[in-house]
Amino acid sequence: MGPPADAASYYGRPVLKAPVWEWGTAAYLFTGGLAAGTAVVAAGADLVGADRLRRACWLGSFGALLTSVGLLIDDLGRPERFHHMLRVAKPTSPMSMGTWLLTAFGPGVGAAALWELLPVRWRSSWPARLLRRLSRVVGLTSAVTAPGVATYTAALLAQTAVPGWNEVRGELPFVFAGSAAASGGGFGMLAAPPAEARPARVFAAVGAAGELVASRVMEQRMGLIREVYHQGAAGRRRRAAELLTLAGLAGTVLAAGRSRAGAAASGIALLTGSALQRFGIFEAGVASTKDPRYTVVPQRERLDAAARGAGLSG
Amino acid sequence: MTSRELAAPPDALARANGYEAPPPRVGFFTDTSVCIGCKACEVACKEWNHVPDDGLDLLGMSFDNTGMLGANSWRHVAFVEQQRPLGNQDPGLTGLPTGPSGLDHTSEVVEARLRTAPRGGSELGTTPLPTAPGGGAVQDLGMPTFSRPGEGSGPESRTDFRWLMESDVCKHCTEAGCLDVCPTGALFRTEFGTVVVQQDICNGCGYCVSACPYGVIDRRPGDGRAQKCTLCYDRLHDGGQPACAKACPTESIQFGELDELRERADRRLAELHGQGVPEAQLYGRDPDDGVGGHGALFLLLDQPEVYGLPPAPVVPTRFAPQIWRRVGAAAAAFALAAVGAFGSVVIGDRR
Ligand code: SF4
Repeated sequence: MGPPADAASYYGRPVLKAPVWEWGTAAYLFTGGLAAGTAVVAAGADLVGADRLRRACWLGSFGALLTSVGLLIDDLGRPERFHHMLRVAKPTSPMSMGTWLLTAFGPGVGAAALWELLPVRWRSSWPARLLRRLSRVVGLTSAVTAPGVATYTAALLAQTAVPGWNEVRGELPFVFAGSAAASGGGFGMLAAPPAEARPARVFAAVGAAGELVASRVMEQRMGLIREVYHQGAAGRRRRAAELLTLAGLAGTVLAAGRSRAGAAASGIALLTGSALQRFGIFEAGVASTKDPRYTVVPQRERLDAAARGAGLSG
Repeated sequence: MTSRELAAPPDALARANGYEAPPPRVGFFTDTSVCIGCKACEVACKEWNHVPDDGLDLLGMSFDNTGMLGANSWRHVAFVEQQRPLGNQDPGLTGLPTGPSGLDHTSEVVEARLRTAPRGGSELGTTPLPTAPGGGAVQDLGMPTFSRPGEGSGPESRTDFRWLMESDVCKHCTEAGCLDVCPTGALFRTEFGTVVVQQDICNGCGYCVSACPYGVIDRRPGDGRAQKCTLCYDRLHDGGQPACAKACPTESIQFGELDELRERADRRLAELHGQGVPEAQLYGRDPDDGVGGHGALFLLLDQPEVYGLPPAPVVPTRFAPQIWRRVGAAAAAFALAAVGAFGSVVIGDRR
């Protein structure tokens, strides 16, 4: 089925505005997922007493969170007004929901990371012990909100008029959830010794497998927009992401339990795969706004189908 | 029952947004069949609202020099040249050696250049199109010359001709995607039922830009805030009408209470159909369409996409319940994977 090549348009001008978001927002899709993924690994490691995994992942989560906030603020047109996001809580705005999710998620990660950064000789002092107890409590809120942080970005992209994002709304949350888990687990494998990192490996493997399947299903269900997912930079990044995630998954299952090098290589493959997946999807959406066909053709088809239906019944 | 009786009361939208005793909802009816393409609306809008100038170059798209709506163009007059007659109208070309429109050629040139523009041309407004890489600064688009088209031949090459002009504007949607996604509350519904950005609140997050299914609102470069038509909110307060409607010399742009505009639009449509213009159609008139109907209606003489308008847009907010259900399921799967990963370790260690 070839797409109609010459849908009517106004001099080929786009109907939509291309997103004003730049690479920072695409990068945030990755760092936000990483912050969430590492936070749940850290909280779990705390519960099962895997100290090095816990420490690495709290610090990783905190770093990813700080980077995320920086990227988000930097992509604003008026960065000095970033706190205007906190004026309202709006259920109709995924960005507002995301702001509050991050606000609930952040303090626990911050407190836990602060404790991890304390020099060992201070840890027995009473303020440090208080911080430790506090961070375990708020750290739990972080772990509880982390699944939301990992997946709401799918709603952020899907609830737009951008055909390349809106039309994959059914599958995008699962792609992002898998990608976040793969990156969080991958980070744990990279930063902690294999003996401690088993839960990180399981988490990463489940995430990577989920992402690969969800991404394939997503592609299967696409209409005309499949083009933007296959062509250009977006297509290249998505193909590389799939290969890296697949390689990372194989490495995680076969090698990461036995060798530190294998674990590190698999972790890096998963992290890179996750990042490329986010950039690929972001760019595919941007590309879909630049050609009026992706907007006009599906709408025209819907209208024609409705007219045919009315003709049959009327 | 007539549709008038079925329709919501004229202040329903504002009431639903918490106003007590609001004035009736107002809007525009843009009747493109009488537009003469003078661009008085564009100019009046810029003057009144201090919308910055962004160049005066023709863009190789007939007499269009605005491109599309954007942060610095809150009214945009579109020009479409077609080789067909308008109803029974005599274009007055009989005996003149007028050849076909040169637009097929210019469109080709323009389209190729749009593809290479950073935002696909959606940002360009009146900025001249980037020239092909390595090409000179200006390329001949076959644009107006002093010789008449077709002069080289004779009257035998004459074609039918109609010239469509349309003054586009923000639709002030009943269900506005831009407003729904605004995370700061900068975009709000006024007591007149219109959609306005509060410039002291907007922090330029850019979400509205991607949530508008019409490509209307945009972030102004150098300013960083989202900008679009306010339906002259300040003038409405003083009982005035928007600058564009006031300036329009042919009453192509009509301002008024939405209920009445809808009736006027229906009458005008029937009139044109009676006059042998069956292609005339209303755009944004139907309160049951994908955005709940426009506050700014249009009468068009061709399909919406010919004017660069989406034929059947749906406000993204309508998908929100479905999207959040899927996000919830994905989040649950994510949490389950984490619990499973650590649970399996604990159980494995106990054995
Ligand atoms: S969604 Fe677009 S057309 Fe509708 S009110 Fe907002 S800016 Fe105007």
